[in-house]
Amino acid sequence: MSLGRYVGRRLAVTVPVLFGVTALTFSFVHLLPGDAVDAIVGFRAVSPATEAATRAEYHLDQPVWDQYLLWLRDAITLEFGESPVTGRDVSATIGRRLPATLALGGAAWLLALAIGIPAGIVAAVRAGEPADEVGRLAALAGIATPNFWLGLILLFVFSVRLGWFRVLPPDAPLVSLATAKFLVLPTITLGTASAALVMRLLRSSMRRELDATYVTAARAKGLPERTVILKHVLRNAVLPVVTVAGLQLAFLVDGAVVVEGIFSWPGMGRLLVQSVLQRDYPVIQAIVLVIGIAIVLANLLVDIVYAILDPRIRY
Amino acid sequence: MALLEVEDLVVQYYTDDGVVRAVDGLSYEIRAGETVGLVGESGAGKSAASRAVLRLLDGTGEIVGGEIRFRGRDIRELSADDLQAIRGNEIAMVFQDAGAALNPVYTVGEQIAETIRVHEDASDGEARNRTIALLDRVGIPNPAARYADYPHEFSGGMQQRAVIAMALSCDPAVLICDEPTTGLDVTVQAGILELLAELAAKSETAIQLVTHDLGVVAELCDRVLVQYAGEIVERAPVDELYYDPKHPYTVGLLAATPRLDDDRERLPTIPRPAPDLVDPPTGCRFHPRCPYAEDCCASRRPSLVDPVSGRPVDGDPETHVAACLEYTGDLEAGLDYEVQIRDDADSNCRERKQQGEPR
Amino acid sequence: MSDRQPTTDRGRIRIVGFDEATEQKRDSDASSDAADADGAAADQSIASRAATGIESTTASTSALAQPGRRLENAWRRFRRNRSAMAGLAVLIVMTVLAVFARPITVATAEVTVTLQPFSLAPSDPAAMFVGPPNASPSPAHPFGTDWAGRDQFSRVLVGGRYTLSIGLVAVGLALCVGVPLGAIAGYFGGWIDEAIMRVVDVLYAFPFLVLAIAIVPILEPVPILGSGYWTVVVALAVTGWVGYARLIRGEVLSVREREYVTAARALGVPDRTIIRRHVVPNAIAPVVVQATLNIGTVVLTAAALGFLGLGLEPGSAEWGAMLAQGRSSLLRGDWHVTVFPGLAIFLFVLAINLVGDGINDALEPNRDVDDDRRRMR
Repeated sequence: MSLGRYVGRRLAVTVPVLFGVTALTFSFVHLLPGDAVDAIVGFRAVSPATEAATRAEYHLDQPVWDQYLLWLRDAITLEFGESPVTGRDVSATIGRRLPATLALGGAAWLLALAIGIPAGIVAAVRAGEPADEVGRLAALAGIATPNFWLGLILLFVFSVRLGWFRVLPPDAPLVSLATAKFLVLPTITLGTASAALVMRLLRSSMRRELDATYVTAARAKGLPERTVILKHVLRNAVLPVVTVAGLQLAFLVDGAVVVEGIFSWPGMGRLLVQSVLQRDYPVIQAIVLVIGIAIVLANLLVDIVYAILDPRIRY
Repeated sequence: MALLEVEDLVVQYYTDDGVVRAVDGLSYEIRAGETVGLVGESGAGKSAASRAVLRLLDGTGEIVGGEIRFRGRDIRELSADDLQAIRGNEIAMVFQDAGAALNPVYTVGEQIAETIRVHEDASDGEARNRTIALLDRVGIPNPAARYADYPHEFSGGMQQRAVIAMALSCDPAVLICDEPTTGLDVTVQAGILELLAELAAKSETAIQLVTHDLGVVAELCDRVLVQYAGEIVERAPVDELYYDPKHPYTVGLLAATPRLDDDRERLPTIPRPAPDLVDPPTGCRFHPRCPYAEDCCASRRPSLVDPVSGRPVDGDPETHVAACLEYTGDLEAGLDYEVQIRDDADSNCRERKQQGEPR
Repeated sequence: MSDRQPTTDRGRIRIVGFDEATEQKRDSDASSDAADADGAAADQSIASRAATGIESTTASTSALAQPGRRLENAWRRFRRNRSAMAGLAVLIVMTVLAVFARPITVATAEVTVTLQPFSLAPSDPAAMFVGPPNASPSPAHPFGTDWAGRDQFSRVLVGGRYTLSIGLVAVGLALCVGVPLGAIAGYFGGWIDEAIMRVVDVLYAFPFLVLAIAIVPILEPVPILGSGYWTVVVALAVTGWVGYARLIRGEVLSVREREYVTAARALGVPDRTIIRRHVVPNAIAPVVVQATLNIGTVVLTAAALGFLGLGLEPGSAEWGAMLAQGRSSLLRGDWHVTVFPGLAIFLFVLAINLVGDGINDALEPNRDVDDDRRRMR
């Protein structure tokens, strides 16, 4: 079957999941105890006029199914209304915060790959040797370190004690040296655990591939060991690692929620925490929806990339 | 000086149960252009012995003793660079499971061309053209188109042909074939054997054929080495081995070979499983399974001798030698078996018409 | 013998004598075989071991072997694993410290029953100004004091109760939901499978912590969940079960095609019994491993929730919450408030990971922990 039809079929499976994601996000407000209006306005006492307006804005006077469809229509057009807490437009707020999170997440992801891939290769090739043992312990330590703790410690050592990476000029553009310098600590904090995960996954899949006959065959052909590892083994070993890119994304989002707060980085994660603490439900809803859809689409992308990388997959 | 000389090779694997001596003091030689069979049950260390030649032992395997001389140079002493220059170029390997020996994510053509590029100063285009010619030579139809196919798009037999093409790509002096037909359909096997036979007859390449199948050996080989529990127990030119086997193990293998014209009710088998190489039997390693074993077999270790003279092995690789105490005059009852030639036309002519003889 | 002449004829050969000799030897051996019998049996098992040894052991221990024996073997292998034993020791010490940190009492209106009278912690974790605020570590307060002058050492010890119990209870609850659902989906297939797995897919679109954060405000007002403790536990269980469902479904799919399951079905054994007796015991090993490892993940997430100020009441002696309070002290230069609770989380999660890896190596040496982790996604 051609790649195009494979993508088509994969898309067909994604659509119901997307509906599920939107339905779950939608029902979120309705799962709260009490009247949905109370939830939306953040359980504050409001005037009957405001209540009526809110009811109309969120279509709460209509049956639940219609509410969902209307909400979905609004969501597709990115109309999330105004935050009842801050009074700002939800879409605009998210739009402002999103690039910051993407910058931090992207930097952390690159760091994770830059550390995790070479470390995974070395650990697999030197399996059982001291280098592997050190790598294994380092990876375990990376997984076991709470990122908020690591963040605080880095903050203490480098910012408080040494005075590096301290200040972010409040109006520094996202792409600037000042921002990049400021991002160093959050990136390390966020990327460490991901790097450990990448390393462990790559190590285990390389170990498996190294036992394969084609590796012996490649050596028997007289290829240099470097070519055998980097061309033949790695190419097969990254395939399983690619499949967890969605997991990686989820992992980074979880981390960003915590790390952005520690370093006062104006991203979506910090916005989410603030919104939860303020019970700002429309904002929570919008953020959760954006994250859910991003992860579903990332998984779709992963499957397509996998199909391109692995010639055997053409269902 | 023979092309490839293996002397007192010892290969060990380290397992949870102890050290396995998969190859224990193996010596043989291969001269240019000849085809030598290495025969034995699975677990006799045949694959370990052949992989050791290119230092390609898997897992915990390690060469702990002996010499492997190729054109007089000890392969064990070679640097990584020198070894790579020999692998695939002078000594090439054909693997048992061709499907697994091909990397699934690269095209078959690329994997063959890669070998040519690494050993010879060939441009991409030259390598490609030579690869297509090789695919054609091993009998892959429409080679130019199949060049860009991935291994999974090849059938099992075609994969094995591709692996053979890969091994032949730099005209090696020695080709080591490790069970090249095991796991293939009988009809496909026949095609691969035909290809190897043609190769053995026409090219200058010497072939070391590792197999458990005596029929395959009969078809292809000039000389045969019989390996049992990591040791060679008999060595003979192919005809002599079949018509005049000297070692009881060889006799057992021959007796256990199924034939289409069998009128026996039950196929004889060698009793008991192959021995434990962690703790091999004392004396003659075959004695626990040998129907002719006597008390002395458990204590004295036989060496390879000329069965007629009883003299130890000399320099001539054509000499028929076997490692059994019978030939040093230590057995009282002797070996009681007989090779019958069933060529008499009266009893078997019907079957003879139905199937071809291996030889 | 030497009267056997090499033939010059060529043709079909047949060996006569070998088989007969074998038969004879077998008969004559029969008498002496009694002594030799166990030798032969040993031979056989050793030979098969040797064969698998060379071709690298791939066959995993049959799950049909006696369960008691299997556990015994696993424990023996586990004991040999030094890093796993170190992890286990850390877990035991931390548990003992948490349990015996302060007395545990059950109070009703009339009586107060003391379940555990010991008190390793020098002071009440909630008692303020047992020392000067933000004091550095000293013999009186080995971990120093926090902003309110509470003894950090006592708080870290008692805080272990939250972490350990949240980890165990949340993972236990998640298992109770995920294992049956996954087993049912895998075993019955069809629309049941589709329905359950689509729910799993949808839940997987949300990161663990984000989902937990979003669930907390929903659960918080639910009266039966009472204090924040159960809010956190339930939030973590709701988000945690999907991994087990997916893992066990995959296991069941592969197990149910095996012969003994087909045989049981052919004999008319009811589906429920087949799942309980044959499928789950075989599939449970990787789930046990992942559940152990997930205690670590759950503890980290619970601590993150505490750090973000969600769930537990502010001021609880929960490690994550303590870290959040330590942030301001840290920026003023008081490192000790942050270091000790964080170190406790780190040690606990590290130990859990060592033990989890050890259990995996003991139960199924040929299985890859990371591979299973991958498949849970």
